[in-house]
Amino acid sequence: MIMLSDAWLIARKDLKLELRSRVALNQVIPFAILVLVLFAFALDPDRGLLEKATPGLYWVAVLFSGLLAMQRSFSVEAADGVTDALRLSGLAPAGIYLGKTLSVAVQLLVLEVLLGVGVAVLYGTSITGWLLLIATIVVATAAISTAGTLFGVVAAGLRVRETLLPLLLLPVLAPVLIGSTRAFEAALSGTPSEGWPWVGLMSVFAAVYVVAGIFGFGPLMEES
Amino acid sequence: MEPDDPTFRSGTEPVVHLRGAVALLGRFPALAGVDLDVDRRRIVLLRGANGAGKTTLLRALAGLVPITAGEAIVLGVDLRDDRRAVRHRVGLLAHGTGLYDELTVADNVRFWTQAARADVADADAAMAQLGLDGRLRDVAVGRLSTGQRRRTSLACLLARRPELWLLDEPHAGLDKEGRDIVDALIRDAAAAGATIILSSHELDRSIDLADEIVTLGGGVALDDSPEVGDDHVE
Repeated sequence: MIMLSDAWLIARKDLKLELRSRVALNQVIPFAILVLVLFAFALDPDRGLLEKATPGLYWVAVLFSGLLAMQRSFSVEAADGVTDALRLSGLAPAGIYLGKTLSVAVQLLVLEVLLGVGVAVLYGTSITGWLLLIATIVVATAAISTAGTLFGVVAAGLRVRETLLPLLLLPVLAPVLIGSTRAFEAALSGTPSEGWPWVGLMSVFAAVYVVAGIFGFGPLMEES
Repeated sequence: MEPDDPTFRSGTEPVVHLRGAVALLGRFPALAGVDLDVDRRRIVLLRGANGAGKTTLLRALAGLVPITAGEAIVLGVDLRDDRRAVRHRVGLLAHGTGLYDELTVADNVRFWTQAARADVADADAAMAQLGLDGRLRDVAVGRLSTGQRRRTSLACLLARRPELWLLDEPHAGLDKEGRDIVDALIRDAAAAGATIILSSHELDRSIDLADEIVTLGGGVALDDSPEVGDDHVE
């Protein structure tokens, strides 16, 4: 129970920080939309290819933009003695992990909705298979944020954290990229039954990282 | 808040007991065998040149730096067994503010108060005590002066009601009014049962506060630590 109340405290603080700093609004969202626009320019001569590649392009844009949000989540804790203050606070490390995961997940969900609108407008994609699409977004967001928060604390204490986090995280998230892309392809092509196994796979991925984060975040934070 | 250890609760044990305590920063022994005993309600001034080990000692007592050899018991907790167990019972005012620049003074003090599972009313009281309850309350910390940030950090520490206060240069960056407030806080905390260990280069002010003075040099406590009131204290 203490772990959950600590998680809520951390998530509220992180989201308040984002609302005040507007980093997500002013940098992450414009970056994500820019990525979509560049893909559209690059593939526009072949409209069919753009339509076919839409699920993959969408999730690549989510991953790249999500990396910025995850880096930001830990850079605010690296400033001016805050890491020591967190260690001294008495907050449960598992609560800190879950809180930061929740905060990153909320930011990713907002980003994904906006990117979804962008895809529909820029790529002319007609949205079908709503249930599978929503399930994929929820489960993939959980998978990205649980793994991203765990790897974020690994890189947090290092001087090279800005470049190290993508190197560590992108290979780990490859199964999520594949699964979410396949699930989206199935939803958009009207064959949702082919997408649900991928949702299941990503659920297992997220569950594994939640457990790893709850038990591993404390020792990792100690070393950061 | 009372200590968990029943032996310690009797009040007969020192709050800090170090014997030959060694702490390494990388491979460098920042503490090279410190002996130190501090009783409850005492105000102890650490003095020494830069690099003498004052900051490392304070961080080690807070459970942030591991003790690799010797004995180290703080508030009844053996730091060599589990240094994390003491953390929520100490308050450390370090060189870093420990504040989020984008959040307001009130947001910061309330967050750290809630993190310590203290009452939000304590946060408001602490802000009032530090003179932060007026127009500064809703100002983002990033817009504050160095002294105002220091006061905000002190408010966070005060609201947590720690049993052991570890203050690293508490007067740094403060104007005269701020320094007077800090001195009053330290005296009040000791009177209320807390123990205070502070390091300072501003000896003229800190010596008046201290019950004991400990001189550090080369990572050890030197024998030439003067008694308070000694005319030769520099």
